[in-house]
Amino acid sequence: MMNTEVATTPLSPAPGRAGARSGTRLGDTLFHLVCLGGALVVGVLLALVLWQLFKGSSLALKQFGWKFFTGSEWNPVTDQFGALPFIFGTLVSSGIALLIAVPLGIGTAIYLTDLAPVKLRQPMTSLIEMLAAVPSVVWGLWGLFVLMPLLRASIYPLLQKWFGFLPLFQGPIYGIGLLTSGIILAIMILPIVTSVSREVLRSVPNLQREAAYALGATRWEVTRIAVLSYARRGLFGAAVLGLGRAIGETMAVTMVIGNTPFIGWSLFHPAGTLASGIANEFTEATTDIYQSSLFELGLVLLGVTILVNIVAQAMVRAFTTAETRQVA
Amino acid sequence: MNVTSSNHNIRKAKSFAMNGLCILCAVLVILPLGLILFYLIQKGASSLNWAFFTGLPKSAGVPGGGMGNAIVGTLELLALASGIGVPIGVLGGVYLSEYGGERMNTWIRFWADVLNGVPSIVWGMVAYALVVLPMKGFSAWAGALALAFIMIPLVLRTTEEVLALVPRSYREAALALGLPQWKTIVRIILPTARRGIITGILLAMGRVAGETAPLLFTALGNDYWNKNLSKPIAALPLEIFNYSISPYDDWNRQAWAGALVLVAMTFCLSLSVRLFSTGRFQKNT
Amino acid sequence: MNLTMTPEETKTAPRGQADHAGTAAPRPQSKPNAAATSSPAAPALSVKNLSVFFGKHQVLKSVSLNIDARAVTAIIGPSGCGKSTFLRSLNRMHELVPTSRVEGDIRLFGEDIYSKSVEPVIVRRRVGMVFQKSNPFPTMSIGENVVVGLRLNGVRNRTVLAEQTEKSLRMAALWDEVKDRLNAPAISLSGGQQQRLCIARALAVQPEVLLMDEPASALDPLATSKIEDLIRELRKDYTIVIVTHNMQQAARASDYTAFFYMGDLVEFGPTAQIFTSPKQKRTEDYVTGRFG
Repeated sequence: MMNTEVATTPLSPAPGRAGARSGTRLGDTLFHLVCLGGALVVGVLLALVLWQLFKGSSLALKQFGWKFFTGSEWNPVTDQFGALPFIFGTLVSSGIALLIAVPLGIGTAIYLTDLAPVKLRQPMTSLIEMLAAVPSVVWGLWGLFVLMPLLRASIYPLLQKWFGFLPLFQGPIYGIGLLTSGIILAIMILPIVTSVSREVLRSVPNLQREAAYALGATRWEVTRIAVLSYARRGLFGAAVLGLGRAIGETMAVTMVIGNTPFIGWSLFHPAGTLASGIANEFTEATTDIYQSSLFELGLVLLGVTILVNIVAQAMVRAFTTAETRQVA
Repeated sequence: MNVTSSNHNIRKAKSFAMNGLCILCAVLVILPLGLILFYLIQKGASSLNWAFFTGLPKSAGVPGGGMGNAIVGTLELLALASGIGVPIGVLGGVYLSEYGGERMNTWIRFWADVLNGVPSIVWGMVAYALVVLPMKGFSAWAGALALAFIMIPLVLRTTEEVLALVPRSYREAALALGLPQWKTIVRIILPTARRGIITGILLAMGRVAGETAPLLFTALGNDYWNKNLSKPIAALPLEIFNYSISPYDDWNRQAWAGALVLVAMTFCLSLSVRLFSTGRFQKNT
Repeated sequence: MNLTMTPEETKTAPRGQADHAGTAAPRPQSKPNAAATSSPAAPALSVKNLSVFFGKHQVLKSVSLNIDARAVTAIIGPSGCGKSTFLRSLNRMHELVPTSRVEGDIRLFGEDIYSKSVEPVIVRRRVGMVFQKSNPFPTMSIGENVVVGLRLNGVRNRTVLAEQTEKSLRMAALWDEVKDRLNAPAISLSGGQQQRLCIARALAVQPEVLLMDEPASALDPLATSKIEDLIRELRKDYTIVIVTHNMQQAARASDYTAFFYMGDLVEFGPTAQIFTSPKQKRTEDYVTGRFG
């Protein structure tokens, strides 16, 4: 039997070592709690935003009830507040943005996934990411001083000339208005629609493309049959994500939409969105009911954005995880 | 069954046309970037001078002056917001990655993603209600808080994702050596993921530096150097906004200059992010 | 160069007529070991000095052989020997890889499929392919999958499409199992059924040659034997080239076998001869299981 000199740490602490052991446990517990606190802040923030918005809009909620959503008159002078014009403006400008951005985004995604030379792909993707980094107010500035005058001078009169039989393109041309804000919004949501569409198209298995090629399909037919229809749901999710982004966009829209409560047919007319209404009028809200109504606009904005984003995330996630599960 | 040559040529032509359309889409998507950079430089560069960077705004209609206070104000707000938002976000991200149960973490992740989609102006309203109303005045604190609200879920998710990339074996090796969990995380895991975490923080800062809406009725803006954080503070995006919608040509001109500076700041940030994460990352793995 | 000649014409034309290019020499025998085939007819596919490169890496080294019409030719060899690449060069599918490059000559019933005036799309219409893992289009029904190739070619007549659907599904030995549910989603079928659906889809465009890349490797033994029966039946009307890593399958199902090793065609001849009395030692080592 060797008499080893190795000092071993006893498993149960000797009286003298108690301090060190519980010190470690204390450190662990403390750190755990601190981190937990950080994570719980998410819940706190959520509760905070809901609570404050409900609290702030309680006056308007009580006073107007459901009529807030159906009322089409927003008049700070008479203290009559109906949100419909802002809901209208939000829907129309976002709708225009989607109409422009979704085909462009998907077309670009097709280019980046299947058509572009390999060396070009990463640089182009980086360029599109840079587009996303431009702040909203800068887009507004550019929209106000560059795009709007151009549209007002050349494009809009042409639209009115060719398509003036449609009520959409009738009415005086101010330059700022629904159509201009829709176009600026389209530019702003292009990066996210393009990059999510690209991810979706990339997750289409190559085997699908090969099946179409082997049948003698042309390049476009391969894209149409094997890629686009396969990726339908994911692409739809990308579009909805773009919608969520467009609805919440504030500054660029505020600068080019004109901030007038408006419901009507003419796309050239100034209007207002939920976000632009708040941005424009919050500091001028002199009465309690005025401010409370603006809070309620914020509540609507919050509700719609959260809903749209949840749906979009679910769609995109469902599509991309289905790809990791094999197709039979 | 025949392959009639007319059908084949139509298919070929269609394929060519559609592919051409896709190329056109790609060009149209990149075009705005070029346009905006062009106009920023064309309209803004000429106004960039020493007075612009160091001067204070002049009164309405009086030419000259600068955005010095706005630039500094943005930096102050960034520092404050990061001071609040980064620790909370990183710690929360640590929790999601290292602790917590499956169910709870899924929920936290879900709601963090929801929060990331909340329009920034809504956060401005929350900060208004929480800080401006009780303090009966606009302040840098209110603005910083609104920006912090935006940063927290962002930093939390990026931290978590970066930590998930650290191999399990590091944790197991440290624990097997007898290190307590908190030391494992602080001394081993976090330093390993340092680059990615910093990248996430820089990205969040870049995003927040360009935000205007949350500052509209929290920080409000200021024509002077801000020495007191409980008072309104100027910020670059705010100044750009106010100057653009004003009827004064000189202010409009300065708005372009300010926008150029802002875009340069955010681009530099994302450039440094890229250099940081790729240049050094090779060393780490 | 008449590449718009229909499949029916090529099948019923007298054998010699197909050789339009007028090669002076008879069927080339570049390797002394390549066994002479008994049929005097022009081969369905004649491959001469085929080399395939991906970037700088050479995957196939000067391969020459002839694939007889209405016969099953099996391509065997260990992993990485180039057999899939060889198969894909027969319908120009390797061109989907941007760095690929081909030297040499491949003629489909005498016509050069790599000539500058020939488009890959047309080659692929005449040379069909079935893949290792079945890949029916999931957003389409069973019936739609079968006729998708026809639709692309402009066939709109519903009666014709319905006829072709039944004909192709019968040829693929799938008709009885799906005739009542042609509108069901294609992915509702089992793995083996999906593979037969893919075969039906390939057959519907009436290719002259059918290429099969390990068609049964992802299937259970019962489904595999169904596929092998199918191959035996199809041989009556089609030229089939099948890549397989399963030697017993090659022995069972094919008339000729080509053994590839590290990019070289080591030996090619009637299946019986390759498996019972191979001329090359490496072939013998492989088929007796000493390596691979």
